[in-house]
Amino acid sequence: MKALLRRDLLLAMRAGGGFGLGLAFFLIVTVLVPFGVGPQSELLSRIAPGILWIGALLACLLSLDRLLALDWEDGTLDLLATSPLPLEAALSIKALAHWITTGLPLVLAAPVFGVLLSLPDAGYVWLVISLALGTPALSVIGTFGAALTVGVKRGGLLMSLLVLPLYVPTLIFGAEVARRGAEGMQTTTPLLMLAGITAGVIAIMPFASAAALRVNLR
Amino acid sequence: MPDLGKYADAVLSAYGVSLLLLALLIVWTLRQGRRARRALQEVEKRSKRDA
Amino acid sequence: MSMTDETSIPKRPSGFWSYANPVKFLGFSERVLPALWWLSGICLGVGLIWGFFFTPDDFRQGSTVKIIYLHVPSALMAINAWFMMLVASLIWIVRRHHVSALAAKAAAPVGVVMTLIALFTGAVWGQPMWGTWWAWDPRLTSFLILFLFYLGYMALWAAIDDPDTAADLTSVLCLVGSVFAVLSRYAVNFWNQGLHQGASLSLDKEENVADVFYFPLLVCIAGFVLIFLALVLYRTGTEIRLRRTRALQAREARV
Repeated sequence: MKALLRRDLLLAMRAGGGFGLGLAFFLIVTVLVPFGVGPQSELLSRIAPGILWIGALLACLLSLDRLLALDWEDGTLDLLATSPLPLEAALSIKALAHWITTGLPLVLAAPVFGVLLSLPDAGYVWLVISLALGTPALSVIGTFGAALTVGVKRGGLLMSLLVLPLYVPTLIFGAEVARRGAEGMQTTTPLLMLAGITAGVIAIMPFASAAALRVNLR
Repeated sequence: MPDLGKYADAVLSAYGVSLLLLALLIVWTLRQGRRARRALQEVEKRSKRDA
Repeated sequence: MSMTDETSIPKRPSGFWSYANPVKFLGFSERVLPALWWLSGICLGVGLIWGFFFTPDDFRQGSTVKIIYLHVPSALMAINAWFMMLVASLIWIVRRHHVSALAAKAAAPVGVVMTLIALFTGAVWGQPMWGTWWAWDPRLTSFLILFLFYLGYMALWAAIDDPDTAADLTSVLCLVGSVFAVLSRYAVNFWNQGLHQGASLSLDKEENVADVFYFPLLVCIAGFVLIFLALVLYRTGTEIRLRRTRALQAREARV
């Protein structure tokens, strides 16, 4: 398991796709928003939590199609499916590797981008907390989407269509935590819901992902 | 025709568009069905002749 | 794996599951369909004409109350169609009956049209009543999300060539999607209460519907249920024939 994790991380770093691309995309989204809505810092600071969440979500989505596609092409997935390690575990590891290479950098970089959008001071802690809690769910759900569409040529667009609706609950609760935090309100309820969704998704989704992948490997 | 008052546009467009959508769905379904039926008949005839 | 030939079925199970045999299913739907088409046509005609011409205006909503005869039944069927797809997907996963998978596939476009009708009539009703075509009301938002789920489901069917693989993957998606649709419903409820003051926008329709509106509404609901059944039965038959055609063509190509 550790070997698989190390291998995935190494590959992501060597390809340069993981860390760099997702972050750059996140930055571009953050920069484009003021161009779209205008530079008034009052307006920006109000929508900052939501924009940052959506940016993180899109950056996460962007890197999903490389999650399984490369291993599918060179046959690594067939090896994984026949190895003693259950496919569910292998996919969980892959989701973890995806989170470390895209989710974690996003969490760490979010406060910096928050400055660009003049996020209120109270919001930084909650933004980081909500992203740290929410992005693992994004990776795990994304793994399911990747497993569903791995056999489809040029399935990137299809995967976005499938995955984005599944992101709705996570986005709602995550952005709500960040928004309430920024406005200095109680965050307990959405935070608990977000944590619940992440925990539930981590527990259950690998089974669905593995089922879908087995069908595709048949 | 009942007097629809100032909401006539809303009510009529709701009925019009809904019935149009339903009609399109039904027409499309029937055409698809007829085409599938014909294609199957053709193939079955051919496979019987070959056998 | 190709579709079962009629010759390769040695013994016929009886009862409900016997309709999983494509040939028996086709025979059954052939017999029932004419009656279904007529009944649904009559119910829709009677219900809509009754509702449109012979019901009074509501004292608050004026004549827009007539939209209810389209809006409520289509919204009901939009949800029920997804539920039917969920049940059919489960049957496919557990019992591997092709008819079941194809029925789920056949129901999706019908569900989409129902969702569209519900969304459109809702918007048209909301314009004079709430003063806006669209409000991010929890119910409306949930329907939009349901619409997206339908689109994804159909796109996945269309994207995969092998019919059994497509059936398996879409079934898994339907199961997962159902869970997330329910989750989204609650999330959206929570989200809107957090943003706006209470949902003063959505009137509770069931509570204050008087008898004059209630009976034609029932007839319309019956009509929508029947037309849904007729369309799904017919479309399932189409899918079965398409698949059989493909199987026969594949056999031809092999010879």
